[in-house]
Amino acid sequence: MPTYYLETPVSEADVRKLRVGDIVYVSGIMVTARDAAHRRIMEYVREGRELPVDLRGGVLYHCGPVVRRSGGGWEVVAAGPTTSTRMELYEADVIRELGVRIVVGKGGMGKRTMEACREYGAVYTIFTGGAAVLASNAIKRVVKVEWLDLGIPEALWVFEVENFGPLLVSIDTYGRNLTAEVIETARKKREEVFRKLGLT
Amino acid sequence: MIVVLSSSRASEFLDVIREAVVESLRRAVIHLPPDVRDALRKAYENEDSGSARAQLKAILDNIELAEKLGKPICQDTGLILFFVRVGYSFPGLPVIEKAFIEGVREATEEIPLRPNTVNPFTGKNPGDNTGRYVPFIHWELVEGDDLEFTVVPKGGGSEAVAVLKMPPPGKGVNGVKEAVVDAVLEAGAKPCPPTVVGVGVGGGADIATILAKKAACLRKIGTRNPDPEIAGLEEELYNAINELGIGAMGLGGRYTVLAVHIDYAHRHPATYPVAIVFQCWALRRATAIIKSDGTYSVYQ
Repeated sequence: MPTYYLETPVSEADVRKLRVGDIVYVSGIMVTARDAAHRRIMEYVREGRELPVDLRGGVLYHCGPVVRRSGGGWEVVAAGPTTSTRMELYEADVIRELGVRIVVGKGGMGKRTMEACREYGAVYTIFTGGAAVLASNAIKRVVKVEWLDLGIPEALWVFEVENFGPLLVSIDTYGRNLTAEVIETARKKREEVFRKLGLT
Repeated sequence: MIVVLSSSRASEFLDVIREAVVESLRRAVIHLPPDVRDALRKAYENEDSGSARAQLKAILDNIELAEKLGKPICQDTGLILFFVRVGYSFPGLPVIEKAFIEGVREATEEIPLRPNTVNPFTGKNPGDNTGRYVPFIHWELVEGDDLEFTVVPKGGGSEAVAVLKMPPPGKGVNGVKEAVVDAVLEAGAKPCPPTVVGVGVGGGADIATILAKKAACLRKIGTRNPDPEIAGLEEELYNAINELGIGAMGLGGRYTVLAVHIDYAHRHPATYPVAIVFQCWALRRATAIIKSDGTYSVYQ
């Protein structure tokens, strides 16, 4: 499997090299956002307000971390990915408006995100769901946190990361969507499996 | 006199139970039970697909690292559930609920756990993993004077794909098979496969669902249903589901599920409830036994 080491801000050209099944490690800045943060990001965009984070060429992580206060700042205890499908409602717009290049999550995303990835030059990558300590090990420090009023899991956490991965490219800029393809194949086997179970 | 004596004895149990709650939650979120580890290791050893193997390897590495660093395996430390079996004569009976709530608050701060309880209407999060009806306590009164509870920090990603179906009773067991396979297809990569699928049949909407949840979260992987016919159905569904090829994290592979566990209750002639509850690979549980003399032990 081809492996890439990328640094933020990530260029469109670098992202367009990636193909489904490739492995990526990211270093630099990574921003978390779940449902509530996505909703607020789009509210800000609609109202023309300035966002507290710059995601041009950035990495957006579907994650609600476990953190604890340490010294004057924060320590990240565990920070694996959350299910990305909930963000499908917003992600295409967020990619278009904010210039995000790499989305990190788990569970796969849908057609609108896939089309936005193709059009604007972004990829959706999967980090192993539940592998929260592997993830927090690659997070070197919390740069800042915004929108804490949304609660710890839903806030925008800005992390400095080093070789965060392995991230498996699941949606590339060529219109491929790996998890959707796997489910499509599984659906095609449904009839055969039903026959074996004595159904139909 | 007796009342005063028993209530003062009861209050001594507040600290003991609270301590047992913190310790069992710590165990549960940091260490996976042996049956779950074995199942994951076996899946890793037998997987052929490269990307699924990479996922299973990351899972095994993560389990090891969590243990080494004493950190929660997964950042989603769940909605906290207690499954209680308490003896009628357990002297701490009146303080159990209070001790559970305080223990959860303490564990949230100390371990720490992610504050996960959100008011569905206001969106407010009290920040300590408690709230209306949570932690939820399933009570079972039994003979004796011990308290036994299993704490399950249940992840949201796998809970979000739970299903309750009411197939026409005329379909019989076929309705169960169809509902389970379709639920797995619908869940896809979302519940962090490989999962344990719990299936509850009969009873009613509530009963089927609680049976499914217990089957998914409490029953040890590798155990068979004592009823040979149901054990056969579990195996049949296990093989059928894994033939779909969804695999670890939905990237394609042999292990979509680690086990299928089925339980049932007698049903009303007009209904055939089938509930399906998913448990992600991070199947976290720990059990504490508190004796009437105030000593306790925690195991997995």
